[in-house]
Amino acid sequence: MGFKSYCFKKSLWVFHFGGASCNNCDIEILDCLTPRHDLERFGILLVGSIRHADVLLVNGSINIHDRERLIEIYNQAPKPLLVVAIGACGCTGGYFTESYTFAGPVDKIIPVNVYVPGCPPKPEAIIAGIIKLVQNS
Amino acid sequence: MVVNLFYFLVFPGLLFAAVTGAFLSWFDRKITARVQFRKGPPFLQPFYDFFKLLLVKETILPRYGSPLIFLIAPIFAVFGATMAGVFILLPLLNITTGFRGDLIVIFYLLTIPSFSYIIGALASGNPLAAVGGSREMKLILSYELTFLLVISGIIMKCGQHFDLYSIIHAQQAGSPFIGSISGVLLFIAGIFCIQAKLALVPFDMPEAEAEITEGIFIEYSGAAYAMIKLTKYIMFFILPAFLVALLMNGFRLEGINILWAILKVLSVVLLLTLIRNTNPRVKIKQAVRFFFLWMNLVAIIALVLIAFGY
Repeated sequence: MGFKSYCFKKSLWVFHFGGASCNNCDIEILDCLTPRHDLERFGILLVGSIRHADVLLVNGSINIHDRERLIEIYNQAPKPLLVVAIGACGCTGGYFTESYTFAGPVDKIIPVNVYVPGCPPKPEAIIAGIIKLVQNS
Repeated sequence: MVVNLFYFLVFPGLLFAAVTGAFLSWFDRKITARVQFRKGPPFLQPFYDFFKLLLVKETILPRYGSPLIFLIAPIFAVFGATMAGVFILLPLLNITTGFRGDLIVIFYLLTIPSFSYIIGALASGNPLAAVGGSREMKLILSYELTFLLVISGIIMKCGQHFDLYSIIHAQQAGSPFIGSISGVLLFIAGIFCIQAKLALVPFDMPEAEAEITEGIFIEYSGAAYAMIKLTKYIMFFILPAFLVALLMNGFRLEGINILWAILKVLSVVLLLTLIRNTNPRVKIKQAVRFFFLWMNLVAIIALVLIAFGY
């Protein structure tokens, strides 16, 4: 394990992209940053600008309008970039798979590194997903 | 020549100030976490952040801006912060520079990072960065007069000396300036100026994270953003050190006094962190009003008290 990848793993800055979400996953993601779970002890920060991001968290079902924005956000990010799909909607489409505005799950639009299924996933599950991301990247 | 380069690059300059500032930035984040009942980041977190940005991440240039100025601005910021750091830290570490009047040079060098941020933000061609840049300009306009009044108060108090070395020695021969009423008032005005200079929370509207998504730094990524982080680390050390030199007796580097020197800087940083954690972000109008009306009033009262010898 080189010095570069070690530094990268120790300091993941997260940008949160919410698709057409029902807000349950958003709340669970924010729960990860609260005192009880505190992701900052792994060096994980929530950043406001995609230019600073190392991880793109995508949740919610991606509809036709979100699709263009998601591709644009993905292209604007500095590489290397890791993508995490959160929730049943992000991983597969979930409840909205047969909806007429549905534009496919996240991995049909951009490459995805980790899937965290659940409706919504618990903060513990999100942390477990991020640990797997850190160990395998 | 070699000695000057050593001063600039290694000991009181770039390397020392950056490493100490990175430690202080970890201290700030840890205290913030403890205030919010969290655990906080590991000790080497600022170094991981810096090396990740410098070595791993890609630097993206703006298409509708001026890439050259966009890239030069962070380097100027590092240069200005390091020069100011050398001028502040040499007298603090008891090395005389023989430069009579370095307070004025320090005052102007300390504004270079803010101006570089503005130039870089306006060169990026992003509208949110332009909003951040104009807010930073207004912030500079508001705090700079107060900061000048604080420095002139110190100059009056030590008997018309314009160099930091004589100011520190005047305090070490007598008593520290903060021990008097006017000194306390100058300290209050000075600490709010430093808060605004570092763009910490009550005065962080140029880089308001939730509102204009990091504002002036929105387009920076990779190595260019690493340079900005480096400037922030250096400024986080040299500004509290400057306040310690002006009002709190400076450093004395023998025996137990080294511990006192470290504790003085840490207590100033702790105060900055506590102000940051207990206040919401103010509007730019309120910040201008706060400095123009209240902080200038405090500084002028201190000046009058100094003229009467308190």
